[in-house]
Amino acid sequence: MLKELVTPQNANVFVGKLGDILEKAIDKPLGYAINWGRIWSLWPVHIETACCSVEFGAASSPRYDVERFGIIEAFGSLRQCDLIVVQGTITRKMAPRLRLVYDQMPEPKYVIAMGACAITGGLYFDSYNVLPGIDGILPVDVYVPGCPPRPETLIQGCMLLQEKIKRMKARKFV
Amino acid sequence: MSSEPNEEPVEASTEVNPKPTKTGTVEKEVVLPAFEKGIADKIIEKFGTRTKVAFVKPDRVRIDVSRDDVKEVATFLRDVMNFDHAESVSGVDYPQDKQIEVVYHLGSYTDSSLSRQILVLTTRAQREENPIPGHDATKLPSLREIFYSVEFHEREIFEMFGVFFDGHPDNRRLLLPEDWADLPPLRKDFAIKGR
Amino acid sequence: MNTELPPGLALQKVDERIMTLNVGPQHPGSGHMRIIVQIDGDFIVACDPDPGYVHRGEEKMAEYRNYITNIPHLERPVIHDSCNILYPYVLGVEELLGIEVPERAKYIRVIASELNRCVYTMYWLAIYGIFLGHSTMFMWPAGDRELLIDLLEKMTGARVTHAHFVPGGVRNDLPPNFEDVCLRQVNYFEKRIKEYAAIFYDNPILIARTANTGVLSREDAIRLGTTGSVLRASGVDYDLRKKEPYDVYEELDFETNVLKEGDSYARSKIPWLDMLESCKIIRHALQKMPKSGSVRVKLKPNPKGGDASVYKRVESGRGSLGCYIVSDKKPEPYRVKLSVGSFRNLIALPYLLKGEKLGNMPSVYWSLNYWPVEADR
Repeated sequence: MLKELVTPQNANVFVGKLGDILEKAIDKPLGYAINWGRIWSLWPVHIETACCSVEFGAASSPRYDVERFGIIEAFGSLRQCDLIVVQGTITRKMAPRLRLVYDQMPEPKYVIAMGACAITGGLYFDSYNVLPGIDGILPVDVYVPGCPPRPETLIQGCMLLQEKIKRMKARKFV
Repeated sequence: MSSEPNEEPVEASTEVNPKPTKTGTVEKEVVLPAFEKGIADKIIEKFGTRTKVAFVKPDRVRIDVSRDDVKEVATFLRDVMNFDHAESVSGVDYPQDKQIEVVYHLGSYTDSSLSRQILVLTTRAQREENPIPGHDATKLPSLREIFYSVEFHEREIFEMFGVFFDGHPDNRRLLLPEDWADLPPLRKDFAIKGR
Repeated sequence: MNTELPPGLALQKVDERIMTLNVGPQHPGSGHMRIIVQIDGDFIVACDPDPGYVHRGEEKMAEYRNYITNIPHLERPVIHDSCNILYPYVLGVEELLGIEVPERAKYIRVIASELNRCVYTMYWLAIYGIFLGHSTMFMWPAGDRELLIDLLEKMTGARVTHAHFVPGGVRNDLPPNFEDVCLRQVNYFEKRIKEYAAIFYDNPILIARTANTGVLSREDAIRLGTTGSVLRASGVDYDLRKKEPYDVYEELDFETNVLKEGDSYARSKIPWLDMLESCKIIRHALQKMPKSGSVRVKLKPNPKGGDASVYKRVESGRGSLGCYIVSDKKPEPYRVKLSVGSFRNLIALPYLLKGEKLGNMPSVYWSLNYWPVEADR
């Protein structure tokens, strides 16, 4: 019976419709599961760049507790991390090291720019040693404004990143 | 010089600036604090005209010396007057005088009568229009053998002003990026962007 | 990918036995700076600190802003101890302009300064706990400092970077009923930090890791020009709040804590003992504070200093912090130099690490009470 249904003329349509069924049955839940795993275990790299690191440390404290979102600073190695929170001012001396750290992280990776200095240079926009924002060296996903941003603002930034990841395609190839 | 703890806030009188009073007379009486005057007098007694006392204020005495005498004066301050460390070393750029001034703030931990005092020792180095840090005439003798605590401070002045310190073993960059090729930043002719 | 390294990242080769290691800016044990160590097996042979990763040019930018708009700038090197780093600048500007501060403002300044000292020391202890792998010692101080940050938020409006001190006093008066709330919180805080002895300071593992490592003798501490808790842990009794009192410190009773051993354990204990003294100071100051009065002297717009220079110093959480201001006839200062305790203690690092084991490096390095953002200014 299958031979009568699948003729050379409608083989394309048949394969297309089979693909649609497979996508709805397997690919969508699989992507949802993979994204779910990524959202609830974002591990930031331990790189303290400037004064916003104090508020990032306060966000891990028992009062604001960013660990309940799965965000634990992985003190071991950056090869296991998938989030880089650029905390504060990036100087010309730090910029190549930051890019090196970003290149060494495995895919998928996300970048949060924390603080006014990381967005546009902030209070130090006219200094001789400060980059006016990190847009030139890293692709930023979420901008968290403030000088320094309160820990609640940082948590809201992480939640926005979670919303963004939910909308992304989970697997790159097939 | 007394060796008991300093009773500065109780007995010394402070400097009075000459200012016109209501009746129109001008007070020219300037009373200098006694303990600090004692320090300044001892230095002048030893070195005479080679040093110049710029001011004597409560807890601060400032002397200006030329670059040829600064090592001798510093040795005298360490051995005889018991100043044992440098709190801070800063540079000030005076382009109109064509000089860069280096200011040492010296303090004492061991001598209890000097625990509030800071002696301000200043020297001047010649300033060039197009500086090549390390290879031009902006040089000063380093005080590292006398006060070891100036080591990193002198490195910072070298990179920020271009003043080379003879006798410092390691005149190298400390805070600026390694590939900095511009003028030393804290000079007055280095303008930051937009201003 | 381009395999050519940027300048500064290539390490030199010494010989076959000695290896050069880069404890870089991205490292769980290094903070915001790089330390290049040369090791022979497990022992450190030489060490070369490389600060400057957060050098933002504060001193240059202070010459382009006038005396009042400099205040948010100059407090950014240590954002959680911002009152103490502004203190010598504000005292210096007051001396240049010849202003006399009202009494109530002086007491408010002392209370804010002591609260800031506690907040800074708690964060320092938290990071020290992480460097040693003691994660409870991160959670307890990081949580307990929020009690004092609440008080500072009531007083100044911001958690960190308060910008509360201005030349002429403080910006605003205290909110109503602040004294009772402050007393209750400080009493609870003091009870809490006394419990740290049980988990941290009497902990035999901590004692085994930090006692007798990085020993700084008294003569060396004086010769190297160290300051603050590093100096007091080596037996020198020097605290600027006692030696050169500013504002109302001479009317408050407290003690200076001095220990004699000079090792990392003593250096980690002194700031904790100083916090207990701070609680006493706050209680005493709350009692003695005048109940009402003005807190600020109004200044004319664009104040100018005249041709003078002034050097004022203050005891901050890291040690003595000095500010040298040179002024001329313009509304902007001619030169502002901050002499910070962290930069002065950095000279002890290559000196102490020679001959140490590599595993002791984080505990010796952070016990020097070093905050890298401040040292770079």
